[in-house]
Amino acid sequence: MGIRFDSVTVAYDGNVVLDSLDLTVEPGEVMALLGPSGSGKTTALRAVAGFVRPASGRVFLGDRDVTDLPPYRRGIGMVVQQYALFPHLRVDENVAFGLRARKTPKGEIRGRVAEALEMTGMAAYARRFPRELSGGQQQRVAIARALAIRPDVLLLDEPLSALDAQLRSGMLAELARLHRELPDVSMLYVTHDQVEALTLADRIAVMDAAKLRACGTPRQLYRAPTDEFTASFVGGANLVPVTVGTGGVFFAGTEVKVDTDGVIPGAWATLCVRPHLVGLGEGPNQFIGTVTEIQWRGATHRLYVNVDGHTVMADLRELKNPPGLGDSVSLHFASEDAVLLPAGVSHG
Amino acid sequence: MAEAVQKARVVRGRSRSSPRPFGALVWALPPIAALILFFLYPLALVVQQSFHPDTGGTSLQPYADVFASEGFRHALWTTVWLALASTAGCLVLGFLLALVIAFVPFPGAKAVARFIDVYLSFPSFLITLALLFIYGTTGIVGSFQFLTTPWGVLLAEVTYFTPFVMRPLLAAFSQLDTAQLEAASSLGARAPRIVRRVILPEALPALAAGGSLVLVLCLNEFGIVLFTGAKGVTTLPMLVYSKAILESDYPGACVVAVVNVLISVGLYGLYRVVSRRAGA
Ligand SMILES: Nc1ncnc2c1ncn2[C@@H]1O[C@H](COP(=O)(O)OP(=O)(O)OP(=O)(O)O)[C@@H](O)[C@H]1O
Ligand SMILES: [Mg+2]
Repeated sequence: MGIRFDSVTVAYDGNVVLDSLDLTVEPGEVMALLGPSGSGKTTALRAVAGFVRPASGRVFLGDRDVTDLPPYRRGIGMVVQQYALFPHLRVDENVAFGLRARKTPKGEIRGRVAEALEMTGMAAYARRFPRELSGGQQQRVAIARALAIRPDVLLLDEPLSALDAQLRSGMLAELARLHRELPDVSMLYVTHDQVEALTLADRIAVMDAAKLRACGTPRQLYRAPTDEFTASFVGGANLVPVTVGTGGVFFAGTEVKVDTDGVIPGAWATLCVRPHLVGLGEGPNQFIGTVTEIQWRGATHRLYVNVDGHTVMADLRELKNPPGLGDSVSLHFASEDAVLLPAGVSHG
Repeated sequence: MAEAVQKARVVRGRSRSSPRPFGALVWALPPIAALILFFLYPLALVVQQSFHPDTGGTSLQPYADVFASEGFRHALWTTVWLALASTAGCLVLGFLLALVIAFVPFPGAKAVARFIDVYLSFPSFLITLALLFIYGTTGIVGSFQFLTTPWGVLLAEVTYFTPFVMRPLLAAFSQLDTAQLEAASSLGARAPRIVRRVILPEALPALAAGGSLVLVLCLNEFGIVLFTGAKGVTTLPMLVYSKAILESDYPGACVVAVVNVLISVGLYGLYRVVSRRAGA
């Protein structure tokens, strides 16, 4: 069953925190809601769960308009950052909670609980109390509890944020596996971590300041972003202001051959190049700048180079002889790696 | 002399290895002395007096006399059932009111919660007086005879002591993770199930704390019983008062007082055991 936001607007005391959101999550799809803190991701999720009432607009689950339904009648699984397990109930009773609330026949409950715990690898911990589990284990129980009611829609609000980095990547793989095992469950996955979104999601919806900025497959958003915010938030990007010519743009006195279809010659635009696609030394689309900072990141070096007053980042395979601060260096990039975006904040 | 010095040295030597029993004793002494002087000594006097009948000597005669009297047995029964019923009433009413204040959003919920703190500082007879103004013989609502019955005392005690239960409950509710309530709701639970299965278990320690406090306070309540002017309602504290002040039967009064103290401590202990069993 899919999820559909139809111009959903949410306001707290007249403050609009979700501005007429239109978004469709297809049945069985994993949609990541990605955005910085305060951009309205949780609010969108809570509108689906039924904990905030939209000021206007409708929320649909499948064909059903659920805008006016209370949370307990929506049949949605929800997992939040802080687990929210019931501390006085053992793991199996936590998982059984939803089944009992929904009047599942007694004989069926035991099997369903075992199944959900099996799926999340927590079968061995059924008789423990939540306080006797690690954070990662508690989150697995929370996922088992949400899955036990066999929801068509699973909402996850930063489920991995409270875990450390190593555990997080393990759990990410687990979630991907769960999704393969449950291909019919639609998931709305809120995160501000682009790695989680890129790894897990079929599509990513990028939010900023209460608005949906872009929505597309991870590949689309990464390869061909359509606005500056998305370009820098998903994957990081060099954004430099350029003037548009015919068949190319001008940056720091160099002409860059990019596709200028649909852009008026002479107008301002933003050139977007991913840092790891910038090369050091001679090449096409070459320009010269001064090194202002060097960061060694193990496998790579990141160079910050001042070109004509703009900072350009370059991620380079670990350098044997890295340039020094203040050195003059040549950078270049392939024309097909550059994307032209409408002029935005980088022109400020 | 030399021996004493040696002993002192031994003591000091030991105090270095074991965790300072001497120093700890010095600090514990003043509060213990104060406790003995202001609490245990008068209590001992009461107990001692209870074994000295007016006829002189030391005997169990005052106990035999008091236990044999119909008035005492009646007062004992009245005290216990009134206290238990009041506590039960306070727990139920306090839990419901605290639920509403904490979880039903209405304007002024904060103000109500703050008023409860003020209410706790009111003297108990004030509430009884207020009830008299409303329901008494010259009351606003009209004259109701029930105020002078045990039911009147029960009403007054529940009215007065309920906030004593609400306060720890409100504190517990404010600690409650709202994410848990939302998780329960998403899983399909309606309000009654959430209250029973999520809120109540987490409120048990607060209920036990508030309930045991109210139970003891009710057992010893004097002002409310006096002010309702209920003729038929004699509780143990009232009996102590009438024996000591009205009948000048000091040994008898002391016997009743001792019984009252024993019941308070005993019921309190029982309550703690039960509530600990309940997982609080
Ligand atoms: N109950 C509330 N009352 C008033 N304002 C709120 C409430 N809940 C959220 N907001 C505001 O709504 C805006 C969006 O909040 P939301 O929780 O949706 O952000 P988010 O994208 O989930 O951020 P984060 O990544 O930090 O969780 C924020 O500015 C927040 O201050
Ligand atoms: Mg959030």
